[in-house]
Amino acid sequence: MSERLIGILADSFFKILIPGLTVTIPLTVLSFSIAMVLAVILALVQFANVRGLRELARFYIWVIRGTPLLVQLFVIFYGMPSLGIVLPAFPAAVIVFSINEAAYCAEVLRAALEAVPKGQMEAGSCVGMSYLQIMRRIVLPQAFRIAFPSLFNCLISMVKDTSLAANITVTEMFMATQRIVARTYEPLALYLEVGFIYLMFSTILTWVQRAGEKRLATYGGKRR
Amino acid sequence: MLTVKNLRKEFHGTQILKGISLEVEKGDVVAILGPSGAGKTTLLRCLNFLERADGGEMDFDGQHFQLDRISRKEIAGIRKKTAFVFQDFNLFSNKTALENVTEGLIIARKMPKAQAMEIGTRALAKVGLSDRLDYYPDQLSGGQQQRVAIARAVATDPEIIYFDEPTSALDPELTGEVLEAIRELAAEGRTMLVVTHEVGFARNVSTRTILMEQGQIVEEGSTKQLFENPREERTREFLNHFNKE
Ligand SMILES: Nc1ncnc2c1ncn2[C@@H]1O[C@H](COP(=O)(O)OP(=O)(O)OP(=O)(O)O)[C@@H](O)[C@H]1O
Ligand SMILES: [Mg+2]
Repeated sequence: MSERLIGILADSFFKILIPGLTVTIPLTVLSFSIAMVLAVILALVQFANVRGLRELARFYIWVIRGTPLLVQLFVIFYGMPSLGIVLPAFPAAVIVFSINEAAYCAEVLRAALEAVPKGQMEAGSCVGMSYLQIMRRIVLPQAFRIAFPSLFNCLISMVKDTSLAANITVTEMFMATQRIVARTYEPLALYLEVGFIYLMFSTILTWVQRAGEKRLATYGGKRR
Repeated sequence: MLTVKNLRKEFHGTQILKGISLEVEKGDVVAILGPSGAGKTTLLRCLNFLERADGGEMDFDGQHFQLDRISRKEIAGIRKKTAFVFQDFNLFSNKTALENVTEGLIIARKMPKAQAMEIGTRALAKVGLSDRLDYYPDQLSGGQQQRVAIARAVATDPEIIYFDEPTSALDPELTGEVLEAIRELAAEGRTMLVVTHEVGFARNVSTRTILMEQGQIVEEGSTKQLFENPREERTREFLNHFNKE
């Protein structure tokens, strides 16, 4: 490797990593948090069979899962202005990623809710708890445990998917890389470099997932 | 204290309970016997509204209810005065033994936490689990889990406790400890309705016995009378079958 290339890679590492820390990660964390809140609602109205809302949730999930994320980004960022709704790039990205991720997480959560044994609900009502009390204290916590690995999977995918936000002018890691490539004409080395940084992020998340799963493997898994 | 008249329940057009009437006095321990598929579980589930009966009436704790038209609020009121022990325990798997017992007190009955913990600790001590307060259900044996479930049932001081085959899911060597816990409750004068396949237990512990078959009550009476001098031929057959075993 030439000295020039090493210089470029070393120099660009932080120029890529910093937007990673200041844009990619906040974008992921913010969007995923909002997505989780939406997902819980979408999953619950289906699980509890709330008429009207249940159909609405099904429709939402059908549309969002059935259309490409990139198209959704373009509709919100480039399309909405023709309706007079102009959003800055970052908020637009947060909205699209939240809405998109919510549809997938909702399905994961709904399946997890259905996997909680029915007897848990029945035992709750027999000790006098209300439906909402049982959901909040018994069923949802158990469903989250069941859903944990899949939800983490969604999160890891999302970190990588945020690179699509470059298409709507969000200066996250990938956009930063493209700019350096335009200046230095070293596409191979630099795209490999940014790929490596994504891999670092995913690897750290995988470790977190492992540690989490170990703790959640059984209730009170410390003993025995 | 509990009177049920003409309780009916069908599943998909098949009559499972064909008009059940029964009466439970305060302090009674009523055993319900009967072959598999007789509708015993369904009966208990209707009594605590885990299933909605298609018809019938209930008098409970001085109030009268129409079983097919009872409101959610009335059901909630009744459930606060009853308890249910399931065949497969159904302990809250995300809660410790103590939390399983206190959940219904703190959350459902808004009891102060300290008081609930005290009651819970005492209830678990009574079933011999003082050293397992912080264990999760998956860290307990089946017999221990069922004893936690019994403590959970007793902690709310219910008017009546329903048991659905409390020992059927247990290894034979573990049934004794659970039956012993129920026996102690009987000695304290708790009102209980116990569905069981343990004919010996029914005979020794219950005050009254009901024999059910095909969704109907074949015979009911004091345990002594039913075992020693059954009126129905079918009861005799059923009991003989067990004596042979
Ligand atoms: N949810 C349900 N849907 C349809 N049929 C049901 C349902 N629950 C019970 N049944 C039917 O009702 C009948 C009585 O069942 P139940 O479980 O009450 O019997 P049981 O007396 O408790 O039997 P066992 O001694 O085996 O527990 C059975 O024929 C069963 O198939
Ligand atoms: Mg049964």
